[in-house]
Amino acid sequence: MMIKEFFDKFRQTQVGKSIFRRNYEDTPKNRMLAIRGNVFMHLHPIRIRHGAVKLGFTWGMGGITFLLFLILTISGVLLMFYYHPNTRDAYLDMKDLEFTVPFGMYLRNIHRWAAHLMVITVMLHMLRVFMTGSYKPPREFSWVIGVLLLVLTLLLSFTGYLLPWDQLGYWAITVGTNMARATPLMGHEGPFGPELGMTAYNDIRFALLGGSTVGGNALIRGYIWHCIALPIVTSVLIIVHFWRIRRDGGISGPR
Amino acid sequence: MKNFIEIISKPDNVAIVIMIIMVLFFTILAFYYAISGDRRRSRKIDQPTSPEQKADGEDKIHSWPYLVRIEFLVAIIVIVLLNIWSVVLDAPLEEFASETRTPNPAKAPWYFLGLQEMLVYFDPWIAGVVLPTLIIVGLCIIPYIDINPKGNGYYTWRERKFAISIYSFGFLALWIALIVIGVFMRGPGWVWFWPWQEWDPHIVTSEINVDLSQIFGIDARSFAGSVIGGLVTLGYFAVGIIIPYIYSQKRGGKFLKELGPIRYLIVAGLLLIMIGLPIKIFLRLIFHIKYIWVTPWFNI
Ligand code: HEM
Repeated sequence: MMIKEFFDKFRQTQVGKSIFRRNYEDTPKNRMLAIRGNVFMHLHPIRIRHGAVKLGFTWGMGGITFLLFLILTISGVLLMFYYHPNTRDAYLDMKDLEFTVPFGMYLRNIHRWAAHLMVITVMLHMLRVFMTGSYKPPREFSWVIGVLLLVLTLLLSFTGYLLPWDQLGYWAITVGTNMARATPLMGHEGPFGPELGMTAYNDIRFALLGGSTVGGNALIRGYIWHCIALPIVTSVLIIVHFWRIRRDGGISGPR
Repeated sequence: MKNFIEIISKPDNVAIVIMIIMVLFFTILAFYYAISGDRRRSRKIDQPTSPEQKADGEDKIHSWPYLVRIEFLVAIIVIVLLNIWSVVLDAPLEEFASETRTPNPAKAPWYFLGLQEMLVYFDPWIAGVVLPTLIIVGLCIIPYIDINPKGNGYYTWRERKFAISIYSFGFLALWIALIVIGVFMRGPGWVWFWPWQEWDPHIVTSEINVDLSQIFGIDARSFAGSVIGGLVTLGYFAVGIIIPYIYSQKRGGKFLKELGPIRYLIVAGLLLIMIGLPIKIFLRLIFHIKYIWVTPWFNI
């Protein structure tokens, strides 16, 4: 409470008055306006159940996931300024980031570690939603949207793996996409694939990679998915996710 | 030991270690809340008005400041930790990609290692395509097949034993554990190496696998072998669907009636596939069985 007293005193001084032009009185009306009158804040309901703010209940995992998504978007856009999506430059751009771009390495680190962390927090968010039974009516559809968000999170990470064009990403993507060869009906090594005329040059793996091996076309495809298509779809679904949570009466709790 | 230290000190795998710690912590936390919550609830059966039990709206508080301040605090903590992590540890960059130099082992990104592990026991069309599809579909329909109305919005174990057991098995055993195995135990040729063992790329694994019907002296590729394999596979599902059905009919059938035939078939089918994974792993490791069912088009 020392801080509050000090702060209140400070606001009475000339300096304080000049900084905080208007007085903020802590009234229910002002609390409501703080939420309603701000485009970012109005994601929240004005009033929520007491149990909903307990960290012990949600672990804050959904919120942390969202925060990481924002961090990834910002750091990702910054990385795009230094990146050429072709097999000749991509790897050298990584070296540039490390050795010549100011804070380039730090930027890459933030993006990579936030990405790993986001996969982990999505897992844990899902665990807590399951353990609290929060997918039960009326929130069934929030869960379905959530599952799609899980898939998108994994795909975002997966497509990003390839972009540095180093051995690690190259072979991880090769191993990952090799499985597509075996898709039933649509892969040239899958059940009934050859019978339907699938070859290495027209099957689903070819469509994913833009070729029969991981090459320049795969890189540009990975890049577009990673930097444009998947983030847009993910953003839309996050908006729907949040909107549904509000419509379904806020987050769950004992009734 | 040398290889293990090399693996664990890879910067990317620091994330795996963090994941293991966090998953363990939060799993234990969830069960702790569930069980202590169950105790609390059973102690006061005729609850009067605990703060949680007030009528709708009465226990409401303002988002500003009570929610927003927690969000900001958590955000600050996460950002600080992420910054420390990024200052201390650099993201990895290996050599320039080369189509001709295949690393051994070549590993998928860590969250997909469970599927790559399944490649040992199943053909790629199952491990790489059918299983992921079923996982996504299966997760999506959880709310529609779990008709137990209890345990909505609070941690409990006693009221949802079945659902929680299945989910924990899928999450901890089939996802997390397989990631740990894939990251730390798999060496060249996807051979199992213990952390204290040295990786030996020339190791000869003298594993001779047979198909199921060969155990009875019938060639699995022959027509008879195919039929036997088919009967065993379909029989597994038929028995797995019928026995629990009869069992719960005997116990009154009330649960079955609520569940309905369609839900019952979906639940039973998905569960049997899920249980089928450890069964097949077991058959492979103990009896060296490669395929249960061989046909000209696909093998299971
Ligand atoms: C990009 C990924 C995701 C983001 C950003 C996100 C965000 C959030 C946030 C902020 C909440 C509010 C409560 C909380 O923090 O726990 C929430 C709730 C919820 N989420 Fe997610 N989520 C994501 C993925 C998922 C996944 C993978 C699932 C499940 C498969 C899921 C299912 C739900 C459900 C059912 C609720 C309502 C919980 C309740 O009412 O208690 N979400 N989500």
